[in-house]
Amino acid sequence: MSQEDHLADRTSKQWRYDVLFRQVTRFFAFFVFSLLAALIISLLIGSMPAIKTFGVDFIFSAEWNPVTEKFGAWVPIVGTLVTSLIALAIGVPVSFGIALFLTELSPPWLRRPLGTAIELLAGIPSIIYGMWGLFVFAPFFAEYIQPWLQNSFEDVPGIGFLFEGPFMGIGMLTAGIILAIMVIPYIASVMRDVFDIVPPMLKESAYALGATTWEVVWHVVLPYTKAGVIGGVMLGLGRALGETMAVTFVIGNAHQLHSSLFMPGNSIASALANEFTEADGELYTSALIELGLILFFITFVVLVCSKLLLAQLQKHEGKIT
Amino acid sequence: MNPIYIRRRIVNATCLTFSILAMAFGLFWLFWILLTLFEHGLHGLTASLFTEMTPAPGNEGGLLNAIIGSLVMVILATLIGTPIGILAGTYLAEFGQRGWLAPVTRFINDILLSAPSIVIGLFIYTIYVAKVGHFSGWAGVLALSMIVIPVVVRTTEDMLRLVPNSLREAAAALGAPQWKIITLITWRASKAGILTGVLLAIARISGETAPLLFTALNNQFWSMNMNQPMANLPVVIFQFAMSPYESWQGLAWAGALLITLSVLTLNIAARFFLRKHEYHK
Repeated sequence: MSQEDHLADRTSKQWRYDVLFRQVTRFFAFFVFSLLAALIISLLIGSMPAIKTFGVDFIFSAEWNPVTEKFGAWVPIVGTLVTSLIALAIGVPVSFGIALFLTELSPPWLRRPLGTAIELLAGIPSIIYGMWGLFVFAPFFAEYIQPWLQNSFEDVPGIGFLFEGPFMGIGMLTAGIILAIMVIPYIASVMRDVFDIVPPMLKESAYALGATTWEVVWHVVLPYTKAGVIGGVMLGLGRALGETMAVTFVIGNAHQLHSSLFMPGNSIASALANEFTEADGELYTSALIELGLILFFITFVVLVCSKLLLAQLQKHEGKIT
Repeated sequence: MNPIYIRRRIVNATCLTFSILAMAFGLFWLFWILLTLFEHGLHGLTASLFTEMTPAPGNEGGLLNAIIGSLVMVILATLIGTPIGILAGTYLAEFGQRGWLAPVTRFINDILLSAPSIVIGLFIYTIYVAKVGHFSGWAGVLALSMIVIPVVVRTTEDMLRLVPNSLREAAAALGAPQWKIITLITWRASKAGILTGVLLAIARISGETAPLLFTALNNQFWSMNMNQPMANLPVVIFQFAMSPYESWQGLAWAGALLITLSVLTLNIAARFFLRKHEYHK
């Protein structure tokens, strides 16, 4: 065999390896793609009996009775949304404060340890939050915080009804607060990262005009980073919606709707965790799978919204600068 | 002084005080939770915890079968999920410039990343557990590996994108075929980053409870049969914590402390590992 033939042979061999390698990686990319398709299809098939039996009423019916096999998702859906909104209402301002502290106020040597400490909150497994919430936080909450909340807000028209009822410790509000603690590290670390990329020139210009630290953050840093900040909030919302174990421990697992946040409720994830392994009968199981499908759909919509919003804002920002 | 000045200063001071309070608020929970764990769990960290099986209600015992079960499932899930994740992430970073598959997969990976873990458990239940008719260790492994995959895909893609193109071009100029460029140059350059992603994925699945509830379930006895329900730490903690028996609750706290310490150690280790490597560059 001549030298050239040998070389050509080797080149074509390498070329075949290249194609092979590319196809293998392509296959696994396709595999990831098909995982999601399989997930949606199998949940759809699993929930078919419930969809056929209840139709659209499933979403808006508040009845949940395994004995008579009447199922409706309204209570867990409302519970999921309410607890997540409480989590955001508490978590977003606190995360903003933490990000502000880490980027503008903290002495440089403290930044990394404090940032890591906050991120470790995200590392604690959710079941630990649940145990701590049920055995430590809930009794404390019932003894000190709930009476105070009721005394302070009882007579405020419009929101007084939110704080009615006995002090049980567990309930929607407790679940919301624990979710807030769990989403703070996610939102805070995204906010800190995007605050960090603001060009120093912009901030220094504002300081040079005599702006206070707060004015710099509110009028310069925040507008510059709003896309990232909203992305971080959406990420936290996604976490809160799907959180299972922590909520299961403290929400009280009652298929009832109450106007008061002190009362027990239910979320989609906690209903699944509590009832799925004990569910007997095809309709019961399939109603629970449909709950899971609804939960997946809600987190999907949140993610798509955040992506669209980010794309929109980025386009907009490009035009201004 | 000009009243506007005074007002601006007051606003500034108020908001910065709020910021410091927010930081304290965040740290407060971390310390409270860790303190609780040590207070309730520390005296349970004895030798028998690691040498005895989970007991019957009211009896003394340990968590050996649960610890081993968790370890086996986490290791197997990592072994399944990591190669898939790395290869898919490589496609996205290296071959994903053209075509529909890469952008779609990237988007879908983000969805999988944020999908509630209980929904993943439900998925494995419907495609595997419901078909074979019983809970099993393998089902738990599958559910956990489905959580590993998107994490590894994401970090692999991000890390490969950090590798400067001049490295790839230099190798190509020497006549290296593309598969060699990727395996010998870009993978090697981003080794630390990818490994960090894997460590974070392990940390994440070690504490996962929700996807195991419908898949591996639990087993009170020693079992290495992956086709049977398998004991695992998170589900044991869940069941024991909810039980009325004091010995079970004690074990649950000891297990909780153990799992939190290992997960936090993994998290810190991953961070140090990445940072050390960054400095090295």
